[in-house]
This record gives sequence, structure tokens and C-alpha cells, in this order.
Amino acid sequence: MDAFSHTLGAPQGASLSRRMLHGIPERLLKRQHLYDLAFRSVTRLFAALVLALLVGILISLVIGSWPAIKAYGPGFLVSAEWNPVTEKFGALVPIFGTLVTSFISLLIGIPVSFGIAVFLTELSPLWMRRPIGTAIELLAAIPSIIYGMWGLFVFAPIFADHVQPWMIEHLGPIWLVGPLFKGAPQGIGMLSAGIILAVMVIPFIASVMRDVFEVVPAMLKESAYAVGATTWEVVWNVVLPYTKIGVVGGILLGLGRALGETMAVTFVIGNAHRLGTSLFSPGNSIASALANEFTEAVGGLYTSALIELGLILFLITFVVLALSKILLYRLAKREGLLT
Amino acid sequence: MHTAALYRRRRIVNFVCLGISLLTVLFGLFWLVWILWTLFAQGLGSLNLSTLLQTTPPPGSTGGLANAIFGSLLMSLLATLIGTPVGILAGTYVAEYGRRGWLGPATRFINDILLSAPSIVIGLFVYAIYVAIVKHFSGWAGTFALSLIVIPVVLKTTENMLRLVPDSMREAAAALGAPQWIVISFVTLRGARAGIITGILLAVARISGETAPLLFTALNNQFWSTNMNAPMANLPVVIFQFAMSPYQDWQALAWGGALLITLAVLTLNILARVVFAQKSSNT
Repeated sequence: MDAFSHTLGAPQGASLSRRMLHGIPERLLKRQHLYDLAFRSVTRLFAALVLALLVGILISLVIGSWPAIKAYGPGFLVSAEWNPVTEKFGALVPIFGTLVTSFISLLIGIPVSFGIAVFLTELSPLWMRRPIGTAIELLAAIPSIIYGMWGLFVFAPIFADHVQPWMIEHLGPIWLVGPLFKGAPQGIGMLSAGIILAVMVIPFIASVMRDVFEVVPAMLKESAYAVGATTWEVVWNVVLPYTKIGVVGGILLGLGRALGETMAVTFVIGNAHRLGTSLFSPGNSIASALANEFTEAVGGLYTSALIELGLILFLITFVVLALSKILLYRLAKREGLLT
Repeated sequence: MHTAALYRRRRIVNFVCLGISLLTVLFGLFWLVWILWTLFAQGLGSLNLSTLLQTTPPPGSTGGLANAIFGSLLMSLLATLIGTPVGILAGTYVAEYGRRGWLGPATRFINDILLSAPSIVIGLFVYAIYVAIVKHFSGWAGTFALSLIVIPVVLKTTENMLRLVPDSMREAAAALGAPQWIVISFVTLRGARAGIITGILLAVARISGETAPLLFTALNNQFWSTNMNAPMANLPVVIFQFAMSPYQDWQALAWGGALLITLAVLTLNILARVVFAQKSSNT
């Protein structure tokens, strides 16, 4: 009875003493209350700091690129010119390079990641899942500059000597796709950059796909197996439809990574402000243009144009990553409701 | 007869698709092995005691990477010291207080985006708000840029690990009369300690290989320098510069540096997994 009246704050407690509450001096309680408030406010402040960081990045980039925005207007986005001497700048070539290399990376990365995720969730014996999963994740741990160096010194020469001549011979004459595989086999260029990007995004996409495949209720899969479905049919007709939101989210996450990847692309893309139809031709991505030219840029307008490129990159990746997160949250929420 | 054919076709499709799945795994592992093998083959030869003791040479003479290694260690250490408390406190808010209201979910969402945002943009940001104003590249600018990369990683893991602490523990502590700040700092944060350490290790691994944010902030320094207000040498930028150069001895040093960085990053990653696995098996 006594214990109850204490927790309920019954009159006896109050009448016991004005300065005591549940046997604790009021002064102590007040102090703890103050600490509580302080702790809460401090953590809140730092959480708000993260939001401020995003806003700060946006504002500083807009301010930095303002001279270029004023000078070139929206035409900046569609102009292919890039001439520091005459101070004529346009973003078309880097944007084109960024999109093309990212697209190539997804073209290779999506099926491979899907295969890896299927292997890790459905095929692999239990003892192999951890080591193989870790090995794939280590691909994401290797710094991008290592990919770049390796791409330039090891991958590009082999690619130029053995793969590109074959592509020119066999894919070049094909109608419509032929022009993509024309030109001198230099090893570096858009295609090489895209392939190396693919290797870099595979661990990200694969690990999201694996995670979402794992949330499929065992009952659904077992029901399919019970009516005689093969493993592949279960994956294709049960697992994939159930997780498609998450799969798209994972792909967008990989895309976000590919769009902003800097060092690996800088090493192998060739860094030429040129618009070519061939995937073998050297190009430029937004990130590689920044990495190469920013510290050497003289003149306010040159620097400003480069910052505007950075702003464009940030906005594109922001939209892609935000979409990815919204889709993944939606899947997680549905999971929360179902289980 | 018809069903037998159908059955066979389904089995063949199954076999082919699962075979492709196995091939994709080999495809992924193939690149990992190839890259690591190249690094060892090219890097081991140029790693010796003088690499660790001498500073970066002008082309054509011998030297090492001592100043770059020192700069990388110093900037990573300071960036971790700055970024970790911010990340832990913000993560604590999101997981403990932010379950209701708008700030918690908003921070979580924005943080998830910052986690994957292009690191070169972080470099531009620090350039714009710091380097452009003080008008010189500096070790502090590099440190600041790296700490901005540490924050999202630590925040994310702190939040995830705090969420794994069962609510019954919070309730038990509160029922004993502990104020919330004591519950959080002595019960939930302590319970999530191993996970948070994992996050810090992953953050250190992440920044030790980051090149892009250092290009416009710390830049590079050919000489031994401990002045944080001057441009500071660091491994990634030295590797970038040396690898892109036409000089053989610079390229050899770049391979040595690349091997060093990769070994450090992979060791940190594996260490992080071990810490986390131990924690998971204990509970």
C-alpha cells in the first residue's frame, strides 16, 4: 500500500515534509532536473548542428558560385564550352561524363550485386556467408585513390591491349551501338571509368540487397518451396517482388556513390573537356574536373564556375540519395507494421 | 510428357541462374584479389625503413614518406577527436530523445544523405568557409574537412547501437529513480559501447583513405612540417601527385604509400568487425 501511494504521489508523501519528495531532498531533484535539461539541450544542439551543416554546405556553394551563376545563367547547364583563357564555361561535358560513367557502372553493378545478394541469402552454406560477405564489403573499404592508381597502371593497359581491340572488332560494326566502341584503344576513357566505378558500387548495392532480401518472411518463401518452386523461382517471384522498393533504394544508393566518386574517376577518365560519342574517348566528370582544376584555377570566374559544378553535383546526389532513403524507410516501415 | 519437359526446363533455368549467381560472387572476389595482389607486388618493393624515416624527395633522388605519414596520422587523429564527440552526442539525441518530434527523424534523414554525399563537396565547403577566408591551405582545414566525414559515420552507428539496447533496461534504470541523463550515459551508452567503438574505427578507416576533401584544404607539403596552420603533407594527396607524375621513383613511392594506406584501412575494418562480433556473441 505504501509503495503504491509513493508512486502515485499520494497526499501522505507530500505531507511528510515540504522539502522532501518520495524521500529525496527537493534540492537534489531540482539539480538532477537541471542536469537532465542540460544534457538534453546539448545533444539537441549537436543534432541541429548536422542539419546546419547541410544548410551551410548549400549556402556556401551558392555564394561561391554566384558570380558564375550571374555570368552564365541557366545556359551554363547546356554549354559544352570550357575555356579558362576566354573565361567561357559550360557544364555540359562534365555532367555528361558523370551521367555516362555512372550509367555504365549501374549497368554492370546491378546484375552483379543481385547475383551476390542471391548467393549470400539463398545459396551459400551458412559458414560461408560471413567470410564472403565480409570480403565483398572490403571492396567498399579500399580507398578510391587505390582504385584509381590500380585502374591507371594495371587495368587500363590490359584493357587497351586485350579487351578494347576485341570490342572494336566485334561490337564496332553493329548498327546503332557501333559508334560507342570506336576510336583508339587507349585504355583510359569513359568506359574504363565506368567499369572501375562498377566494382566500387557493387559492395554498396549488394549489401543493401542482401539486407532487404533477409527481411522476407521465411513463411512466404517456404510456402513457395512447398508448392514446388525452384530456388530461382522463389527469388524471382517471391523475394524480388516483396523487396522491390528496397532493391530500388539500394540501386539509388549505389548511383549516389557513383555520381560523386572522385579519385578513381580522375585517374582513368582521361580529363578532356570533349564531347564524344565513343565510350573509348577520354572525358571528364564533375568530380574529376574539380579534383584536377580547382587548385590551379586562377581568376574569380574560373573558381566560381568550378564551385557551381560542385553545387550541381551536390544537388543531383542529394536528390538521388534522398529518394533512395525514402524508399528504404518505406520498406522498413512496412516491415514494422507487418511483424 | 509435357510436364516432364516443363519440369526439366525449370530445373535448367534454376541451374543456370544460380550458376550465374555463383559467378557474380567470383567476379566480385576477383577484383578484390587482383587489387590486393597488385598492391603487394608493386608496393612491397618500395617499402623499407627509409620510406618511414625520410621525407618526400624531389624527382630523381631517394626519399620516403615520413612527412606524409605523419601528416595523415596527425590530421586523422585530430579529425577523429573533433568528429567523434559531435557524432556520439547527435546520435544520442536521435536515438534517445528524437523518437518524437521532427528534429530526430530530420537529423537521421539528413545524416544518411551526408554519409554518402560526395566527399569532394565537403572539400569545397571547407575551402569556401575557411581556406578562402584565411587565404592559405592548412592542416587545420584538412582536419576540419575530415572531421565532417567522421560525424555522419559515428552518428549513424551510435544511433543504430543505442536502438539495439532494449527499452526494458532504460525502464529498469528509471524505475530505480535514475534521472534520464544518468540512464543514457551510464546505462544505454555503456551498453552500446562496443558498437560505438566499431563506428569510430570505421570512421577512422574511412578518413585515412580520403583524398578528395584534402585536395583543396590541406593540399600538400614537400617538407617535414608540424605547423597545422601551413599546408600539410598527407599520404593520399602525395600518392595522387606521385602516381600522376612521369617519374619512376615517385611512382614507386606512390605504390608503397598505397600499400600502407590499404593495409591500415583493411586492418581497421577487420578490427572493427572483431570488436563488434565479440560484443554480439557476449549478449
